[in-house]
Amino acid sequence: MNLFDYVRASSVDEAVAAGAKPGARILAGGTNLVDLMKMGVAEPATLVDITRLEELKRINWLSDGSVRIGSLVRNSDLAYETHFAKTFPMVAEALLSGASAQLRNAATAGGNLLQKTRCSYYQDVASACNRRNAGSGCDARQGLNRLHAVLGWSDHCIATHPSDFCVPLAALDAVVEVTGKGGSREIPIESFHLLPGDQPGKENALEEGELVTAIRIPADASRFAAHSRYLKLRERTSYAFAVVSAAAAMMIEDGRILEARLTLGAVAAKPWRSREAEAAMIGQMPSKDLFDHAAGIALREASPSGNNAFKIELARRLAARALSAASAGTPTAMPALPGSPLSTFSGDAHVA
Amino acid sequence: MAIQKFKLPDIPSIAVQISTSLFLNGVRMSLSISLTINGDARTIVLEDPRVTLLDLLRERLQLTGTKKGCDRGQCGACTVLVDGRRINSCLTLAMTVDGAHVTTIEGLATGDELHPVQAAFLECDGLQCGYCTPGQIMSAVGLIAEGQAAGDPERVRELMSGNICRCGAYKGITEAVLVAIEKDATTSKERDAA
Ligand SMILES: Cc1cc2nc3c(=O)[nH]c(=O)nc-3n(C[C@H](O)[C@H](O)[C@H](O)COP(=O)(O)OP(=O)(O)OC[C@H]3O[C@@H](n4cnc5c(N)ncnc54)[C@H](O)[C@@H]3O)c2cc1C
Ligand code: SF4
Ligand code: FES
Ligand code: FES
Repeated sequence: MNLFDYVRASSVDEAVAAGAKPGARILAGGTNLVDLMKMGVAEPATLVDITRLEELKRINWLSDGSVRIGSLVRNSDLAYETHFAKTFPMVAEALLSGASAQLRNAATAGGNLLQKTRCSYYQDVASACNRRNAGSGCDARQGLNRLHAVLGWSDHCIATHPSDFCVPLAALDAVVEVTGKGGSREIPIESFHLLPGDQPGKENALEEGELVTAIRIPADASRFAAHSRYLKLRERTSYAFAVVSAAAAMMIEDGRILEARLTLGAVAAKPWRSREAEAAMIGQMPSKDLFDHAAGIALREASPSGNNAFKIELARRLAARALSAASAGTPTAMPALPGSPLSTFSGDAHVA
Repeated sequence: MAIQKFKLPDIPSIAVQISTSLFLNGVRMSLSISLTINGDARTIVLEDPRVTLLDLLRERLQLTGTKKGCDRGQCGACTVLVDGRRINSCLTLAMTVDGAHVTTIEGLATGDELHPVQAAFLECDGLQCGYCTPGQIMSAVGLIAEGQAAGDPERVRELMSGNICRCGAYKGITEAVLVAIEKDATTSKERDAA
């Protein structure tokens, strides 16, 4: 780990000023940044510790029914906030399917959005990686790439974004509130993370020195509360990143789907929302055939970026399953294994 | 496997290197933090901002009960409570917990009397080599405080998944946590009745 200056910010303005200096990095829960610093992948000249900023630690319910999640709200606190979990159940489920209880106690909402890819060549400073070191190449193309992207990738980078939280956020039209030297602005979550193109190093829409202050979920997203699920397929039951995941939600009235949402995770460098798949379900009656059809649409443009063609079929099946689970209704209690396709309801034992 | 570029190790040898770069709002900081560790208020001088809470405990304060497994957030051996919440001390820079209350495995027992979770691990054979055990026990204490598992073994397994046991003592660990939850519920009831 390189030596760095340590700055403890005592206001958002101070954090923005310190964060705009060359080589400065914001430190929140540290569960990703400290790890990357140990690997030598991140070498900040200055660490700007924002964890004392009380104003970023609140969950505020606004008068219009939307919720403003401060960027320092810990993943576990958000997931266990009763009203939040009832209103946006698939967001709570996604949060609880991520990492471990210890990590969720430390990880913040803002940090989760801004976590880096888990591509092993990105994490190995001796490897060629365009995302870490522009123009150096991409060792993943000829390397271990079975978990890499099947949508939105480019010849320059085939990495995925690993967040669970961001997947239902994209499905629900969340908005990221940011503050920089030039003031505050809002970025819809769908345009927050960027596809790699020929500039994989530019990972998101943040300008140099901008701080994420909050994430807002609009009030109308609560109309999906009765029919939503987040499903996440992992290589082990728990404490693992997604191989593929899906957030599915719908509004059903008189046996017909009035509106539907579908976003896939771990398939691209951003949460992959399919508005075409959503449109195909409107006015229809929920059925296995319909969900298979919609899932197929969501994956229509997918192509393997390496040894990972299996992910396309896996994602398609998981999306269909998530839609079907959502149509059956949100479980009344958080499943014992959140996000797991192996055990849907509390009481269904995965380990016999 | 590619060869890793050599980096300064995150071990106490770096402590002799005096950093001139510890700032608070642009002003050089007094290089000290205060922590209450297992009930004792301590003022600790840090010469280097890179020290993790784990290394501080083990290498500076000789509290070696907290273990280092992966040093990367992947095993849970380093689990401690910070202000009552379980976290991985290997991914926590010591500077960032200035002012906090830290509880480690050394702080659980009262004299010779084991903490109920420690006693449950003994009773249920929740260990083999014991290396992961301090982390398992601290994690279980955190889990009980969180109150999300009820007495459901599936929930216990899920909420203990951040603690890897290389010996595979999971069966005993799950039983121990369930016994400890049960004991905790009984004690709370007795306390409420009294
Ligand atoms: C073993 C392990 C397993 C994991 N499994 C999962 C999983 O299954 N699913 C999942 O989603 N995640 C998983 N994670 C990732 C974890 O969720 C993230 O590390 C965490 O959410 C990051 O939050 P943080 O507050 O710790 O961020 P930090 O590490 O403090 O910061 C992360 C990045 O965000 C920047 N940043 C942080 N806050 C702000 C802000 N407010 N404004 C601007 N920039 C900011 C930092 O500069 C840094 O670049 C896992 C992590 C580990 C170590
Ligand atoms: S896939 Fe992207 S992150 Fe991974 S090595 Fe290639 S350029 Fe780097
Ligand atoms: S040593 Fe901290 S999680 Fe492994
Ligand atoms: S008892 Fe040996 S690692 Fe768990």
